[in-house]
Amino acid sequence: MGAAIGLPAPVLLLLMAAAVPASLAAGLGVVFFAATVWACRRLAGAQRRRAAAVLGSPVASSYLPLPAGVPARLRTVVRDPGTWRDLVWLPCQFVVGIAGLVLSVGLWLAAVECVAAPALRAVLPEPTGFDPAVLEWTGRSGPLTWALVPVGFGLAVGAYRLPRYLIRGQARLAVALLGPTSAARLAARVDRLTTTRAAAVDASAAELRRIERDLHDGAQARLVALAMNLGVAEDVIDADPAEAKALLTEARAGAGAALTELRGLVRGIHPPVLADRGLAAAVQALALGIAVRVELDMRLERRLAAPVESAAYFAIAEALTNAIRHSGAGQVRVGLVDAVSAVRITVSDDGRGGADPFLGTGLLGIQRRLSAFDGSLRFSSPQGGPTVLEMELPCVS
Amino acid sequence: MRVLIVEDQVLLRDGLSRMLSAYGFDVAVAQPDGTRLAEELVAVRPDVAVVDVRLPPTFTDEGLRAAVAARRAVPGLPMLVLSQYVERLYARELLADRAGAVGYLLKDRVGEVREFVDAVRRVAAGGTVMDPEVVAQLIHRPDTLDAVTTREGDVLRLMAEGHSNAAIATRLIIAEKSVSNLINTLFAKLGLPPSADHHRRVLAVLSYLDRR
Repeated sequence: MGAAIGLPAPVLLLLMAAAVPASLAAGLGVVFFAATVWACRRLAGAQRRRAAAVLGSPVASSYLPLPAGVPARLRTVVRDPGTWRDLVWLPCQFVVGIAGLVLSVGLWLAAVECVAAPALRAVLPEPTGFDPAVLEWTGRSGPLTWALVPVGFGLAVGAYRLPRYLIRGQARLAVALLGPTSAARLAARVDRLTTTRAAAVDASAAELRRIERDLHDGAQARLVALAMNLGVAEDVIDADPAEAKALLTEARAGAGAALTELRGLVRGIHPPVLADRGLAAAVQALALGIAVRVELDMRLERRLAAPVESAAYFAIAEALTNAIRHSGAGQVRVGLVDAVSAVRITVSDDGRGGADPFLGTGLLGIQRRLSAFDGSLRFSSPQGGPTVLEMELPCVS
Repeated sequence: MRVLIVEDQVLLRDGLSRMLSAYGFDVAVAQPDGTRLAEELVAVRPDVAVVDVRLPPTFTDEGLRAAVAARRAVPGLPMLVLSQYVERLYARELLADRAGAVGYLLKDRVGEVREFVDAVRRVAAGGTVMDPEVVAQLIHRPDTLDAVTTREGDVLRLMAEGHSNAAIATRLIIAEKSVSNLINTLFAKLGLPPSADHHRRVLAVLSYLDRR
C-alpha cells in the first residue's frame, strides 16, 4: 500500500517536468500542471488519512484556500508552499515505499529459502547452474543447512514485524512533509488568538458597562440620596429635632443599602473567598450555597494566577447554574485536578441529559471565558443523562 | 472590660476605639499584623477581641486564621470577627470548635451602635453572634427550609444573632411563651433535640443548616 501511493511519482514528476517547457511553448502545460497538482493532492490526502489512522492523531493539510477563477487559482497554487512540499514528498514516498516493498518481499523470500535449505539440499544434491543462494553459501554442508533453519524462522519473525515499522516510518514522513509547516501552524494560532482576544475584549467591555450601570443606578444613587438627607437634617436639626432624627435614621438605612449593593457587586467581580483562599476553597464555598447536593473532588493545592482562577471559578459557577436550572439533577459532581501544566475541571450531573449546547448562552459564555486562556471545553449530554462538562485550562506552574 | 481591637483601616479603628470607650470598655489596639496576631491574642488575653478578617501582610483572611489559631490555644477566647463580607465557609470555621464566645459580623453593623456594643458584650459573656446575613444565606436555600414560616425564620435569625427568648419576644412584639413555642416547632421541624441552653441552641441550628 505504501509503495502503491508512491508509485505514480515518476509519472507525475515527468509530467511536471514536461509541464514547464510545454507551458512556455503553448498553453497546454497548464493543463498538465493542474492535473499533476490535482493528482498529487489526492495522493497526499490519502497518505494523510493513513498517517492519521496509524499515529492516532489527525495530520492537517495546510493548502492556501483556493479563490474563484482559473487564473487566480493557478496563481495561488503556484505560490502555495504546500504544492511544492507535495512534490518533494512524492519522490521520497516513492523511494521509501519501493524500498520498503523490496525489503519486505526479500525478507520473506530469504526466510522461506533458509527454512527450506535442508529440503533444497536433498532435492539438489549436485551443483547445478541455477543453485539457490543458500546452497552456494553453505557449500551443501549438512550441519550448515540445518543451522539455517532457525535463522530462517528468525527472519520470518522479522519479516512479519517489519511492515508496521515501515508504515509508521512512512506516516512520520507524511507528518513531516505533508503536515502544516511551523509557519502555517503559527499563522493558524495567530488567527485563533486574534479571534479569542477580540472575544475577551468584548466580554470585558460588556462587563465594565454592566458594572458602571450597576454603580450608577445603585450605590451612587443611594449615596446622593444619603447626602441630601444629611443636608436637610443639618438644616432642620434646631427647628425640628424629631424630623432631623427621622432623616438621620433614613440616611443610615440608605448607607446600609449602598453597602449591601456594593458587596453584591464586588462578589460578582471577584468573590472574596477566591481572593483569600484560591479556587478549591471558593468552589467549596460556592457548593455550600447550592440547593442540590454537590459532591466535590478537589485535587488542587496550589494557587493559580489570579485571572486563571477567576476564569475557572466563573466557568464552574456557570456550569453549576446550568446543571441546576436545566437538568433537574439531584446531585452534581465537581472535580478539580491539578495536571501541573493545566487544571482539569469536570462538572457532571445525574439529570435527564439531552442538553443542547447551542441553546442559550451558558455554554458559549464558558467557552469564551476559557478560550481567552487557551482553555478547551468538551460537552456530552446524551438523552437520559448524564451531562458531563469537561474543561481544561492551561496554567503556568 | 478589656477589649483588643485589631483593624488596619485607620478610620474604622479610631471609630471603634472611640465608640467602645464611650460605652465603658477598656480599649487596647493591637498591631494589625496577621503573621504574629495569634500569639499576641494569646499573650494579651483580652476579655474580648474585635478582629478584622482582612489584615496585612497579604490582605486575605489572616484575621480569621489568627482568631481560629488563638482559640485553638485558648479554647473559648472571646473573639468578634468583622468583615466586609460574610462567608458561610468562614462562619463554619469559627463555629467548628463549638466553644462559644464567638461572633461574626459585617462591618456595616458598627453603624447600629447600640446593637453592635450589645453584640460585643454578648460575645465577651460567652454567647454566639452570627450576622443576620449568614442566617439569610442559609434560609434562602430553597431546599433546606421550605417548611419554615416567615415568623419562624425571624426567630431563627434572631436566635443565631445570639438573642435570648426575652429579647426575641421584645423585638417581634410577641409573648415570650410564643417564642419558646415557635422555637420548639422549629426544632421539631429541623429534627433537633430540644435544648434550654441558649448557646448550644444556636450552635445546633447553625451546624444543622450548614451540614445540608
